[in-house]
Amino acid sequence: MSALNTLWAQLPPYAHSTVWTLVLTVVLILSVAYLTLWERKLIGWMQMRRGPNRVRIFGFLPGMGQPFADVIKLLIKEIVIPARANKLLFALAPALALIPAFAAWAVVPIAPHYAIANVDAGLLYVLSLTSMGVYGVILAGWASNSKYAFLGAMRSAAQLVAYEIAMGFALVGVLMASGSLNLGTIVARQQGGILAWNWFWLLPLLAVYFISGVAETNRAPFDVAEGESEIVAGFHVEYSGMAFALFFLAEYANMILISGLTAVFFFGGWLSPFAGYPGMGTGGFAAPGTHWLVLKIFVLLCLFLWFRATFPRYRYDQIMRLGWKALIPVTLVWIAVEALLAWAHIGPWRV
Amino acid sequence: MLPLILFYVFATILVAAAVGVIVARNPVYSALLLVLCFVTSAAIWILLEAEFLALVLVLVYVGAVMVLFLFVVMMLDIDLEALRAGFTRFAWLGWITAAVVVLEIVGVVLTKRLGINVMSSASPPLPADYSNTSALGTLLYTRYVYPFEIAAMVLLVAIIAAIALTLRHRRGLKVQDIARQVAVRASERVRLVQMEPEQRK
Repeated sequence: MSALNTLWAQLPPYAHSTVWTLVLTVVLILSVAYLTLWERKLIGWMQMRRGPNRVRIFGFLPGMGQPFADVIKLLIKEIVIPARANKLLFALAPALALIPAFAAWAVVPIAPHYAIANVDAGLLYVLSLTSMGVYGVILAGWASNSKYAFLGAMRSAAQLVAYEIAMGFALVGVLMASGSLNLGTIVARQQGGILAWNWFWLLPLLAVYFISGVAETNRAPFDVAEGESEIVAGFHVEYSGMAFALFFLAEYANMILISGLTAVFFFGGWLSPFAGYPGMGTGGFAAPGTHWLVLKIFVLLCLFLWFRATFPRYRYDQIMRLGWKALIPVTLVWIAVEALLAWAHIGPWRV
Repeated sequence: MLPLILFYVFATILVAAAVGVIVARNPVYSALLLVLCFVTSAAIWILLEAEFLALVLVLVYVGAVMVLFLFVVMMLDIDLEALRAGFTRFAWLGWITAAVVVLEIVGVVLTKRLGINVMSSASPPLPADYSNTSALGTLLYTRYVYPFEIAAMVLLVAIIAAIALTLRHRRGLKVQDIARQVAVRASERVRLVQMEPEQRK
């Protein structure tokens, strides 16, 4: 073990980041697999059903083998390319949807004072990457040469442009509170227990950010891009087999990413909720660590699933109204409130 | 050495993509190649240690402007024959415009050099904790605050003008009044009727 440790220490930095990238990618893909199972289980329980309970691993743990069964099924299915579809873009679209969801993790601080790339303008990097995910959806819709797919792509494009603005403005508030674009610094500045985290002073912005996040990932109740009651399956209606699985993977990876970013921006990332109170010390429950980040991401992901089980789908014009006329004004007002509070030295601002 | 190799790789991709934008017959390809142009020029800016500008370029142009471009271009009924027909007719105009632009750029670079010397490694790399973003912010809000505010006002005027020019109220349009929909009560919509139950004979 110690030999391994010394070997690890001797490796150059790029080897470290390569290893961590691989580890993170594998962990993310496995998390996506089990998130699909957890979604079906949780929504099942909410609707008084059992959820998947047939496929077992080695004869026990009912349901735990379901993700693998699904993946194998999708792998061996034929990929059908529609007639007169644009083959190049049709093949490119799933990759374009998936890559940003994984690439954004590079700057997310996954452990105390560690991110794969400690970038100074990390917040901008995250914003630009999440905004690029829409190309996968748009191209899939256009290249499929299908009316339903195209309608889904159009809806998605308009929706994303609207919610992107609200999301960016919400992050301006985070930026004002932390005085830094570096995600690691944003977390470190929230030190000092549960009330020192950004959610307390930025509650309206948290609501706006998370709602916009649900909209950006095309999840219920904002899933008009694939609204199955009107346009079959929207932008990915023509995709089958593994190409469809890639879209599926992208959607769930994006959910995990948005949850991770919400945890980092508003819930203190890897900080412990018990730290900073008298008598808690710095060890034990108060010690920061990756487990707190994972726990926060898990709770936020459950919110995503809860929304899906609870709310009916928004009508398209209602989505537009909520984005432009409710969320954006809320962020604008709260940024002004924040500036006033900072000017009066109320709260933990660093402007 | 590595930055130089990366620069040439990105520069080659950038020039090739830029040529592709005007050569591609399919307007959707043109728009996508323009996206590639933006992304590669952002990569070159990062090589120049201007990471704020690079990321904002991707965020604004790739994330928002080009999405709207694609939105419009995809709506077009693409008829390749019709597109090819007018291509050579306006070629002379294109050539003149290109020549003027090239002359202007060469003139600027030759006379001013813009203070940048891209091809040499003479400028020392900035320290690791140097924040491009805050340097830019400080400069924008102190030295260039009036030009900055004037530019913002010009943009605002443009936004309002664009809305005012395209806003039309058609008569007889059926519009939902959201406030009325929200304020509706069950008593306005549902009438409960008391009926005698049907008797079995």
